[in-house]
Amino acid sequence: MSQFFQVMLSGLSTGSIYALAAIGFTLVWQAAQTVNFAQGEFVMLPAFFVLIGIHALGLPLWLALIFGLIVAVIVLGVLFKQVIVQPMLPDGGLPLIIATMALGILLKESVKEFYGAEAQPYPQLFPLDAITIGGAVISVQDVMNLVVAVVVVIGLTMFLNRTRTGRCMQATAQNPGVAEILGVNIRRMVLYTFLINAGLAALASFLISPIYLAKFSNGESIGMIAFIAAIVGGFNQIRGAIAGGLLIGVVDNITATYITAEYRAAVPLLLLIGIILLKPEGLLGTKEGRAV
Amino acid sequence: MNRRTILSLAASSLMLASTLTPAWAQDTVKLPCVCELSGAGAAAGTNYRDGAKLAVEEINATGGILGKQIEMTDYDTATDPQTSRALVQKAIDDGAYVIIGTVYSGSTIVNMLVAQQAGIPQFTGAEAPNITQGGNPFIFRTAYGAQKGVPALTGYFKDTLKVTKIGVAWVNNDFGKGGRDVFVTEMAAAGIEIVADVPSEQGQADFAADVSKLKESGAEAVFVYLNEEESARILAEAKKQGLTAPMVGEVTLTGQKVIDLAGEAAEGAIAHVGLTSKAPVPAIQEFAAKFNTAYGRETDHNGIKGYTAVYATKYVTEMVGSFDGQAFADKMHGITLKAAEYPGMLLDTSWDDTGELSRESFMIKVEGGQQVVVGTIPAN
Amino acid sequence: MLRTWKAPLLAILGLILLLLAPIGQGNYIIYTLCSWMVFSIAAMGLNLTLGYAGQISLAQAAFMAIGAYTVAIMTLAGWHWVVAAPIGVFFCFVIGLALGFPALRVKGHFLAFITLAFNTLVFLVARNEDWLTGGALGKVGMPRPSFFGFGTGQQISFYYFTLVIFVIAALLMYGIVRSPWGRAFKALRENPVRAESLGLDTRMITLLAFAIGSAYGGLAGALISPLVQFIEPGSFAVHHSLRILLMVVVGGSGFFYGPMLGAAVVILMPEVLRFTEGYYLIIYAVMVIVLMVFCPSGLIGVYGKLRDRFFPKVVVRADMQQGAQL
Repeated sequence: MSQFFQVMLSGLSTGSIYALAAIGFTLVWQAAQTVNFAQGEFVMLPAFFVLIGIHALGLPLWLALIFGLIVAVIVLGVLFKQVIVQPMLPDGGLPLIIATMALGILLKESVKEFYGAEAQPYPQLFPLDAITIGGAVISVQDVMNLVVAVVVVIGLTMFLNRTRTGRCMQATAQNPGVAEILGVNIRRMVLYTFLINAGLAALASFLISPIYLAKFSNGESIGMIAFIAAIVGGFNQIRGAIAGGLLIGVVDNITATYITAEYRAAVPLLLLIGIILLKPEGLLGTKEGRAV
Repeated sequence: MNRRTILSLAASSLMLASTLTPAWAQDTVKLPCVCELSGAGAAAGTNYRDGAKLAVEEINATGGILGKQIEMTDYDTATDPQTSRALVQKAIDDGAYVIIGTVYSGSTIVNMLVAQQAGIPQFTGAEAPNITQGGNPFIFRTAYGAQKGVPALTGYFKDTLKVTKIGVAWVNNDFGKGGRDVFVTEMAAAGIEIVADVPSEQGQADFAADVSKLKESGAEAVFVYLNEEESARILAEAKKQGLTAPMVGEVTLTGQKVIDLAGEAAEGAIAHVGLTSKAPVPAIQEFAAKFNTAYGRETDHNGIKGYTAVYATKYVTEMVGSFDGQAFADKMHGITLKAAEYPGMLLDTSWDDTGELSRESFMIKVEGGQQVVVGTIPAN
Repeated sequence: MLRTWKAPLLAILGLILLLLAPIGQGNYIIYTLCSWMVFSIAAMGLNLTLGYAGQISLAQAAFMAIGAYTVAIMTLAGWHWVVAAPIGVFFCFVIGLALGFPALRVKGHFLAFITLAFNTLVFLVARNEDWLTGGALGKVGMPRPSFFGFGTGQQISFYYFTLVIFVIAALLMYGIVRSPWGRAFKALRENPVRAESLGLDTRMITLLAFAIGSAYGGLAGALISPLVQFIEPGSFAVHHSLRILLMVVVGGSGFFYGPMLGAAVVILMPEVLRFTEGYYLIIYAVMVIVLMVFCPSGLIGVYGKLRDRFFPKVVVRADMQQGAQL
């Protein structure tokens, strides 16, 4: 029983990491109808900005984190939107997908060439102290990841529903044409979405790198899991990302412990296929919003 | 069967004829480095290449091989077996004398067939058992295979730790699978029961389920056969969940990278290591210092592999007295190069008839964040 | 009028070039050319699914795996390639048909993810079922086929063997896209609702697009087995599907020669950019992004754009474009 509790708790903490990566993904999907195949690399990269801040610029950790956040928002938010997404939006669809795939390769290879191929140690943000609950061990770090993920979702939902800018962003996502007629500056709203996505990716990066260790190839697995979490949870709902992330984290651990370790990677995929075929709007998604 | 042998013989003699003539005509000898310079194996491949480059520079500065300067060109396989096959072919077309690389077993197992057909000797950094078991006369290891490394640990489990139940955590790819299979056979022979057999994915981040299974199984020791990052993660998770059984590994578990990444969690981990830059051998420490000066970073065992591969090429070629791939391969079989006589080898090294290698190896324990040599296992 | 003789002439010229290409070349060049033809076949298949029928599939590498493993297992058991390859292709056709069913329900990105998931599942089966596939260690030493006493063990004879298969595959594909089916595929891509209203069985067409495209993947796999003489699950992982997708889109999806051009770019690029050492992937990625931003229809589209800019007087342009796509 304590084993079950242990893998549940560990699954939840890993799941909260997946959720953080998945939230930004759903945002970009809503704003630009784009599947960002570089999302995993977006989560991989900011940790290296922080490492550059610490090692090359000699900043203390807190300042390096701020530095990393700002650079990430500029590079992954502003530049990504203006240089790649904006010119391609009229064509949309496949070329944009291909461009984000190429961007993923670009980011990955650049980190490898200019920073290093080996995994880098990354400073801990939270104490590693372990808490024992009913025979299961969980670290402060795990709890904090979960807390941050939940706070982000609540905060973001409130921002989108309660503020004028947030509602304008939603209007833009649901019907850009009408939103524009109603006087919403849709370009700016889309830009905001990309900024928030970059900020979230940076946050996810800072939180997961102590566990994943900073490495150029990290994005490959995180990106894939983020897609699955977002789709399973519900593409058009931010809270769907957290449900999807936690579900995948728990299911993965339980499969590996009790059913099969060889096929543990298959279970989230089967879940994904099942959800797409049976309930394409996702577990928490609503049918309104965009038709798929 | 017969016809194929004739064909391959004809092909290889043709290749030899075409590659040897230009080799004689030039002032340089080509030792192409076919390595994993990008993709998953980039870290290992880059160290192997840089170690080899260091040896090339030293040898060229002191007159080269038989008076010829070594020319080393990089061929990046991107850690892809198909590409590596193509590049070994290219290196041979370009007039390779001996091929340095590849490091990953999955690549070596396929590209060594090409070198074999062409009759070009090849120094691989790979450790999978099946590489030297196929009867290829042109393949030579630079570190002994898992089928030699893993059994060296049997005695440690049986006599030192005196365990009867053991768990094994391995990465489910060609590297991990090879080691795991050898381990299972060894344990069966030694009468130690395997109570947990836990495979994991390459690049896996969450080892909670793995550690939990090992803990529940009642294993008295755990054999860890994972790559560096995964080793660091499983050590951290084991510490978190309070897994008290000793963690014992082969080569990777006590690597400097693992210690850097896992921090305190690496404390107490033990591994059998064929080559380590921390070995209590002055020649190796001198090499590690040279590597650090040249490239501004530490090397792992792959740097030593590449370095010794190039030196072995020099020494054996000079024994043969000419640049003849077939004669070189014949000479290599059953040779022993003593470090006292051949300083570039760093350690006494022998090759048997299959290209398998033997040299002294070490038991390493992590103490106070440092690799400490706790035992030396003689060459076998 | 012009193109009635121009297109076959170009094709014949290309064929002559391919016949002469390996003569006097080193094994490496010949091997690379073989590898280009094999990936062209896989990309041609995906081009049918994606470029003509508009159904996105990220599972082409999985079908290569199915073809490659079928051929590997059968030829190692002593069967001839000529028997093994059609069986592998048939498997792919049937499985492709089955994978087409989700395409009847979902479109676009969702279909992309289903096929992506399928690819990973195939990878996992190949890696975990040791008894069948050799597991993580793969299969090694597949014999190269011989025909009427002529072996293909030599690189150059294997090249001509691949060339024959390549030409047959290309001719078949040309036949398919020129046939009423091919037009139906395009109708499906351009306007599925209208296509249906005109009496096309869109369900049937969608499934066929998947099945035929997948069968081409299987054929490519059937050639990989004897070409590389080693297969392992990692060679058919998801990123190889993405690579094939890149070939189709970079070359120009929906154009007959697009995938061949794209495969040439992807396979030969590392060669051309070798002097940049480790930076070639970075340069390549930047080039793809720039291409997608300025000319989403791929390299063949670039040619069209340049032609329009420098020779705007060509009045039959609309027809020409139609022709080039057929």
